[in-house]
Amino acid sequence: MIFSLLMMSLALAEPPKMVALPAGNYRPLYMNKNSPQTFVGAFSIDITPVTNAQYLKFVTNNPRWQPQQIPSIFAEAQYLQHWQQNQTAKQPSQGQLNSPVVNVSWFAAQAYCQSLNKSLPTVAQWERVASASATQPNGSLEKSYNQRILQWYSRPSSKQLPEVGTNPANYWGAQDLHGLIWEWTEDFNSALVSGESRGDSDINQKLFCAAGAQGAADPSDYAAFMRFGFRSSLQAKYTLPNLGFRCAKSKE
Amino acid sequence: MKIQPNKHTLWLPLLAILFSGNLLAASNLKTEQAILTPPPMVPPAINRDHSAKVVINLETREQVGRIADGVEYVFWSFGETVPGSFIRVREGDEIEFNLSNHPSSKMPHNIDLHAVTGPGGGAESSFTAPGHTSTFNFKALNPGLYIYHCATAPVGMHIANGMYGLILVEPKEGLAPVDREYYLVQGDFYTKGEFGEAGLQPFDMAKAIDEDADYVVFNGSVGSTTDENSLIAKVGETVRLYIGNGGPNLVSSFHVIGEIFDTVYVEGGSLKNHNVQTTLIPAGGAAIVEFKVEVPGTFILVDHSIFRAFNKGALAMLKVEGPDDHSIFTGKTAENVYLPEGSAIQSLDNTFTKITANNKNEQIRFGQRIYEANCMACHQANGEGIPGAFPPLAKSDYLNNNPLLGVNAIIKGLSGPIKVNNVNYNGVMPAMNLNDEDIANVITFVLNNWDNAGGKISAEQVAKQRK
Repeated sequence: MIFSLLMMSLALAEPPKMVALPAGNYRPLYMNKNSPQTFVGAFSIDITPVTNAQYLKFVTNNPRWQPQQIPSIFAEAQYLQHWQQNQTAKQPSQGQLNSPVVNVSWFAAQAYCQSLNKSLPTVAQWERVASASATQPNGSLEKSYNQRILQWYSRPSSKQLPEVGTNPANYWGAQDLHGLIWEWTEDFNSALVSGESRGDSDINQKLFCAAGAQGAADPSDYAAFMRFGFRSSLQAKYTLPNLGFRCAKSKE
Repeated sequence: MKIQPNKHTLWLPLLAILFSGNLLAASNLKTEQAILTPPPMVPPAINRDHSAKVVINLETREQVGRIADGVEYVFWSFGETVPGSFIRVREGDEIEFNLSNHPSSKMPHNIDLHAVTGPGGGAESSFTAPGHTSTFNFKALNPGLYIYHCATAPVGMHIANGMYGLILVEPKEGLAPVDREYYLVQGDFYTKGEFGEAGLQPFDMAKAIDEDADYVVFNGSVGSTTDENSLIAKVGETVRLYIGNGGPNLVSSFHVIGEIFDTVYVEGGSLKNHNVQTTLIPAGGAAIVEFKVEVPGTFILVDHSIFRAFNKGALAMLKVEGPDDHSIFTGKTAENVYLPEGSAIQSLDNTFTKITANNKNEQIRFGQRIYEANCMACHQANGEGIPGAFPPLAKSDYLNNNPLLGVNAIIKGLSGPIKVNNVNYNGVMPAMNLNDEDIANVITFVLNNWDNAGGKISAEQVAKQRK
């Protein structure tokens, strides 16, 4: 019995499969409709967020990222706090194995990706893959797309996160970009959103202005506003109960 | 409601001493913990005659709550209530503000207090990720009643979800003592479903942009401050209301039905106006109103943009107990029939499609609606009428012996003496402007209720009576 559980854990611990996106354009939220789009080179990205089982394998192989080892400048005290302490180490429960790993810092997430010769996706990569609906690359053309995302954002987090891979795949074949967790990006703090979302018009007209944000490509894209707002509240050592990650790999 | 000290903030006073060069805490003011109260309660008046350092711990939460009976909504809140906890400080106080964002939050939050003199009202300084605490300090320079709210992008959505409350900066000389103080904040809400549609309703962004509110409420829900939750006072007492308007969109025409505000602190500032019927409270603004209650009764607090009050929830109650004073208000002293138009229903639009009853059961069902709209006020819900004034329809020999007499009474009206169940009545019933089918349905409804004889009347029979 123990043996079979172990075998299952090992199978679950295989890193997520990846999908490839061709080079293409993406228009950041804060650009208006006439501004040039941002070019995003070809890249691959994990189909699903990294799970507790996958992350457990990483910390088992890399003890310095275990909760009792990690330096406090690399992660807050809440690092992996949802794992249970047994005699020797902290581990996820059986029910958590296939749920996304959360309570991980940016440093830890980036270290996981690097251990697999990958990295965290950039904001541009993440937003490009996440802007697809089930049927087309630009989901914002579908009316229900944003409202569905917003509905997830507006619900409080559930204590036990669902398993990865239960949301339908999008146009590119990736899953769970919306509706499960927030995700770290490599350059999460590069968007100049201050805590004062109305004052930023003084800094840069292309960023957030008063609540309406007339400068944005799609002022109705509140979902994107919330993502950018959320990212800008983070520091790299933060560990939050609804923030996980997936890895990406740029094409050389 | 409990505001728990946060473990991140406990050592901050210590830090303040160590690094006092950087903080307002440099002064040697006495430190006190602010008393925060959930609506509609207000913290006690401040009776010290000197400034203090006041520590405020407030927490942001995202949680499901009731917006109306059977309807739930995910509120974002300060201190677990909508509006958030009431904060009371004194002009000249130095405030250490600790904003904690609960770990279960999806969103970062912050706070913009309109009482703050400084960039963003503290918004940027208090921008806080879930599971973290931010601290900033400010000095309360201007007395008045101020809104506070969350200002995190997208601002509109954070406010629309209930992130607002009031902070009172008492003037140095204090406010005159009153018997009762209460705290109300109006807010508009935008849900996927229409008003009253049951279930957990998500925020509707399109309606919010169109300013097409489904709910306009005091203190976060329909009926938050009515019936057993009403505000209370006794005859002769003076009531002071701290009224805010969180918006996000609508301005409030605040009015108390049956009262005149003796004093209004216009827009929550220092200007006092007197003898005011309705005071305008802008979104993101506030007002203090005071009035003495001279007579008992239930006084209704409304947004006098009146459809909001009776169709969207902007209604609260103040129940005043005590002895009547007939020199001020007598209640009804006489009632007489007045019949200028002779019709009960006025029609504005006939373009809707008419639904016709297909059988007796449908006749009874449709007839019930006609009854409730036209007959019930006099003949009562149980059909028993009012002794001496309105004859009974229940077990009525007059009606059961010849239902067409009932039809005639509706078509032509009825006046003069009649005898029903051996009791004499001598009143006036106006003719009702109902069509043949409605009359047939309502008589059929009556005949089949309250132990009456049963049977039915058709529209054709009614038409015949008209001739």
